Amino acid sequence: MEAAVFILSLVDCCALIFLSVYFIITLSDLECDYINARACCSKLNKWVIPEMIGQCLSTVLMLVSMHWFIFLLNLPVAAWNIYRHLKVPMGNMGVFDPTEIHNRGQLKSHMKEAMIKLGYHLLCFFIYLYSMILALIND
Amino acid sequence: MSTAGFNSQNGTGTGQAYANGPSQNPVGLQQLPGVSYGMTHQPTYNPMQAKAPAPPGPGLYPTAAYQSGPPVSSYQSGPAHTSYPPPPGQPLLTRPAMGTPPSHTPPQSASPNHGPRMPLPRATPPPPAVSSSSYYSNPQQQPIAPSWQYNTAPAPMGPPPSLSAPPCGPLANHTNPSSSSTVPPPPTLTAYSSPQPAYGSHSATQPPGPRMPSTSHLGYTQPGAAPPPLNPMLSHTYQPSRPAYGPPPTGPPPLGPPPAGPSPAMTSTPPSTAPPLANVTPPPPKADAQCREAVNSTLSPTEPDCQESDIECPGTLAGNGPQSPNNFNSIDNKMAGLPQPGLPGRHLGHYPSLPPGYQNAAAPHKPTSPMHPTMQAATQPYSQTTQPYQQPHGGPGPAQLSPSLAALSLQSSSPEALRVVNLLQERNLLPPGPIPAPTPCLPQDLQKINCNPEVFRCTLTSIPQTQSLLNKAKMPLGLLLHPFKDLSLPVVTSSTIVRCRSCRTYINPFVSFLDQRRWKCNLCYRVNDVPEEFMYNPVSRSYGEPHKRPEVQNATIEFIAPSEYMLRPPQPAVYLFLLDVSHNAVETGYLTVFCQSLLDNINALPGDSRTKVGFITFDSTIHFYNLQEGLSQPQMLIVSDIEDIFLPTPDSLLVNLNECKELVQDLLRSLPSLFEKTMETQSALGSALQAAFKLLSPTGGRMSVFQTQLPNLGVGALQSREDPNQRASAKDIQHLSPATDFYKKLALDCSGQQVAVDLFLLSSQYCDLASLGCISRYSAGSVYYYPSYHHQHNPAQVERFQKELKRYLTRKIGFEAVMRIRCTKGLSIHTFHGNFFVRSTDLLSLPNVNPDAGFAVQMSIEENLDDMQVVSFQAALLYTSSKGERRIRVHTLCLPVVNSLSDVFAGADVQAMAGLLACMAVDRSVTASLSDARDALTNAAIDSLSSYRQSVLTIQQPGLLAPACLRFFPLYVLALLKQKAYRTGTSTRLDERVFAMCQLKYQPLAYAMLMIHPALYRVDDLTDEGALNINERTIPQPRVLQLSVEKLSREGAFLMDTGMVLYLWIGRNCHPNFLTQVLGVPSYATVPENLYLLPELDTAESQRIRAFIGWLRDQRPFFPTLHVIRDESQLKASFMQNMIEDRTESALSYYEFLLHLQQQISK
Repeated sequence: MEAAVFILSLVDCCALIFLSVYFIITLSDLECDYINARACCSKLNKWVIPEMIGQCLSTVLMLVSMHWFIFLLNLPVAAWNIYRHLKVPMGNMGVFDPTEIHNRGQLKSHMKEAMIKLGYHLLCFFIYLYSMILALIND
Repeated sequence: MSTAGFNSQNGTGTGQAYANGPSQNPVGLQQLPGVSYGMTHQPTYNPMQAKAPAPPGPGLYPTAAYQSGPPVSSYQSGPAHTSYPPPPGQPLLTRPAMGTPPSHTPPQSASPNHGPRMPLPRATPPPPAVSSSSYYSNPQQQPIAPSWQYNTAPAPMGPPPSLSAPPCGPLANHTNPSSSSTVPPPPTLTAYSSPQPAYGSHSATQPPGPRMPSTSHLGYTQPGAAPPPLNPMLSHTYQPSRPAYGPPPTGPPPLGPPPAGPSPAMTSTPPSTAPPLANVTPPPPKADAQCREAVNSTLSPTEPDCQESDIECPGTLAGNGPQSPNNFNSIDNKMAGLPQPGLPGRHLGHYPSLPPGYQNAAAPHKPTSPMHPTMQAATQPYSQTTQPYQQPHGGPGPAQLSPSLAALSLQSSSPEALRVVNLLQERNLLPPGPIPAPTPCLPQDLQKINCNPEVFRCTLTSIPQTQSLLNKAKMPLGLLLHPFKDLSLPVVTSSTIVRCRSCRTYINPFVSFLDQRRWKCNLCYRVNDVPEEFMYNPVSRSYGEPHKRPEVQNATIEFIAPSEYMLRPPQPAVYLFLLDVSHNAVETGYLTVFCQSLLDNINALPGDSRTKVGFITFDSTIHFYNLQEGLSQPQMLIVSDIEDIFLPTPDSLLVNLNECKELVQDLLRSLPSLFEKTMETQSALGSALQAAFKLLSPTGGRMSVFQTQLPNLGVGALQSREDPNQRASAKDIQHLSPATDFYKKLALDCSGQQVAVDLFLLSSQYCDLASLGCISRYSAGSVYYYPSYHHQHNPAQVERFQKELKRYLTRKIGFEAVMRIRCTKGLSIHTFHGNFFVRSTDLLSLPNVNPDAGFAVQMSIEENLDDMQVVSFQAALLYTSSKGERRIRVHTLCLPVVNSLSDVFAGADVQAMAGLLACMAVDRSVTASLSDARDALTNAAIDSLSSYRQSVLTIQQPGLLAPACLRFFPLYVLALLKQKAYRTGTSTRLDERVFAMCQLKYQPLAYAMLMIHPALYRVDDLTDEGALNINERTIPQPRVLQLSVEKLSREGAFLMDTGMVLYLWIGRNCHPNFLTQVLGVPSYATVPENLYLLPELDTAESQRIRAFIGWLRDQRPFFPTLHVIRDESQLKASFMQNMIEDRTESALSYYEFLLHLQQQISK
């Protein structure tokens, strides 16, 4: 059972890692002017909710399986994702807004956020991997 | 470099400080100019000015100095300068010619320039005088005791050694700069040795200085000779303070450290004085000149500027700066001193002023001095100002003047700009006329061709070298543009447009030609080849002079673009009109006015034979008009399925204007009557916009939307979000951001298809401009708002609508445009303000561009601009003209880079800062809250002034001190806080507030400034004195008054110009003559309540005031309505709300605001 939880988390985590990489690539494309702001934002906005769900899934999994430490590790990121989604102003087209992304250094802060998430997901990946192996051995 | 050299010399004198100077060469240059002391000044000037002088000789750009200098490291440039300097410097030298003592005048004039001469001049008396001043500067800049001491020591030493040493010093400096320009240390070492010389020079100056000071002192303390009067102007501040301190405290201490120095100084002084005196005789006249200058200082920017700049430079640079200032000061002193031969001791006083500690001492002294207590605060400034004056003195000789003037012009902004103003004590800040944009501190030849400030303006005309320096200054860095302004430009037709191969910058006046075949980009520094065609100059029809081509002679130029610049064939001019015909719209009666205006101007619509027009009307359904050729009359097609809009006959809705003009005119004549009886109250604007977008998307073009109510049907329906009862009481204003993203998305779709949407909102009800405005904001359209429009009840608005519609229909237009703003490597743009969509990091998508649109961007400094002397900004606007030509309009702005905080402050452009802050505050209001934005505005004033106080001011006096260039800053910030967009506590309709915000972002700076700080004129006593003459009309120019009720008088009549509205306020006891001659009424009581037109009376008074109002209106692209108001008028409240300096129930008065700032700053 324990192993199953971690295997699921591991898969989820992989997906999140890929998503982070995708975010970084797309944002840097925008930075380099390979795509325009509109295309970039519509691409990225599509993935904001899947990312949120993925993060919440692993958080809930950890809560259910009562791994408190990992749960607490996941909680802030999940909370941030939800908060970010909820605080989007009514007039904006999503977390990534093409009319705003070039203003006030938003592009940079989005990029920074994606980088941090990538690092965080990598960390989680190894934690899950370790825990999974441990669980498999214990079985 | 030469300056650096000078610095080093001086530096040597000062010691480490100087070392700094040299190390900072670039700075040194700047400062040096300021310093001007003999040598330093010249050098500095040379670098800066050198260009100016140089150009004449060699030819503008081409020659090396400039080119080599700017692109690469400052050091290099330095050397280049050195090369330049020689020409200027040498002349100077010659003049100083060592001054040929005979001509003190020469020396004086030279003194600023003298840098090189210095040694020689020093021999002459003038330098000594300088020395005293130099001390001042030194202390201010660098509190450092050592430097100060050094200075003092040298001073004493100075006179005797100076003569001998100075020459050495200069030489050493020169060598240093050239050889070791980059290497600071060497200079320092040399400096030590040389320092003495420098000091010597100082000391030399001191000797004269004594006289000078004495004179100055005399002037104050004693009537002295006739000259004193002059002196007073110059030396006031200094003298009092300096003398007091100087002699007693400082003099001794400084002397102490450099033992040798003091005694020599003492001894030297007498001798020196003697020579000076001899010299002095000639100076007196100069002194007078100086005095005049001093008097005019405020008036004549150039001279003061130069001086100021010099001063500033010194101030900023610890080592160099001081010296240079000293030089100036000394000069000043000399000037002053000359008249009054006399008090050697006082030199010391100067010294004291320098050291910080001394400063304190000085303060006490100042009181003792009879002069003005306030002056004390201003002492530094004065000194600076005086210095500028001094320079003029120096350059009494006509021959001398020209070079010195050049120098002055270069530095012009700095001197006067840094004069310290105690805002709490200066009640009458406003100049009588418009406030000119500051001139960047550039060599004259560069400045001459620099971009017009009306087109391209930077908040800081001196760009700080590093982001940390910018952060320290706490001032916003940004550009304000008005790129498509109506101008007459040189137009170039060329098959190849010369651009940098790596950054795509257009060739411009600020590039450097390495030789005939290569040029170096001034933005990325890549070396490019000059194409063969570019070698031929079509203007002079000569070959081999690429630097004489118009592209390289004009900072603003227009190219006719070849086919590479077209993604598709240039689009025709396409105009689509989208008219609200609901019951509400018909009630307002706008349709008649619109149709009539369009009929009148239908032949004046910009376009060619391909021009297309179309019309759509809408209420709860969408009505299309088939205008196809061959129809006997327009055919109306009604689409009632607004959920899934389609075009009934896509081909015949947009028709060629020339071919179908009859039908179009038919339609326009019948439209107003067509909907007269309509009872439809709903408005399906969203669907109508979608339909219009579909119609226009194949070609692109302009969509003009006339809306009179909140759209409440179909897509994009909005709800009223405003609670009228909360207007005044709400703590924070809600609903400044859009309620839906529908309009934004549609605008982006439009932008992608090159469609711009202009919105005319004519409504008395809440229309949610915050949401509707998005359709224009992101499609690069414009917004017009006519609150309470009604054809009968509001004739003033009707007139405004007519006039603005006419301008709108007939003004120039550019289609499918993009604008790219490039800046020198190291700078980057991080925020954009205006109406457009930012497609990529520096590319603005502008489906339409019109001549009335302004833009602003904020910048940051990503990489240090260490080795640059100037940076450039280029805005390139690519558009299709209404004649189907693809054109590129290029504006290039060049600004100097500085590395000292005082230079950054000296270059501040307070109007541009206010304009940019207004834009930033709009963003803040929308993303955070209005109260946040208001706090941020207040903090902007607090931060920059406290930074100035802490980092630039060395003498801490009570009061709210600001440099002269920022003296309006608190006023503008307060004006912004009371502006309709940001005010709280007064009832402001949400739409009007949002519209004010749109305007602040969209209007070019000149108009935005009037909206921020209205102009008030007294108009009952207009005279032809100082009047302008335009087209044989005489336009009186009354002076601008402060916005305070105290300026109003019951006996007068006042005109307030708020940009969009003109108020003519009639005092209760206004002279009956005015009432009858201008208003055509017999008495005050009979002035009509709603008077918005002045009767055309055939009297001189009436003609004058109508000429004046007409002139005000002609200057702007919109039409300000005129309201004649009396005490009982309803509009009196809105008139009074513009009295920015007065207290209102909810806002502070100007004085209270200043006290608040002061309190925050001193925390």
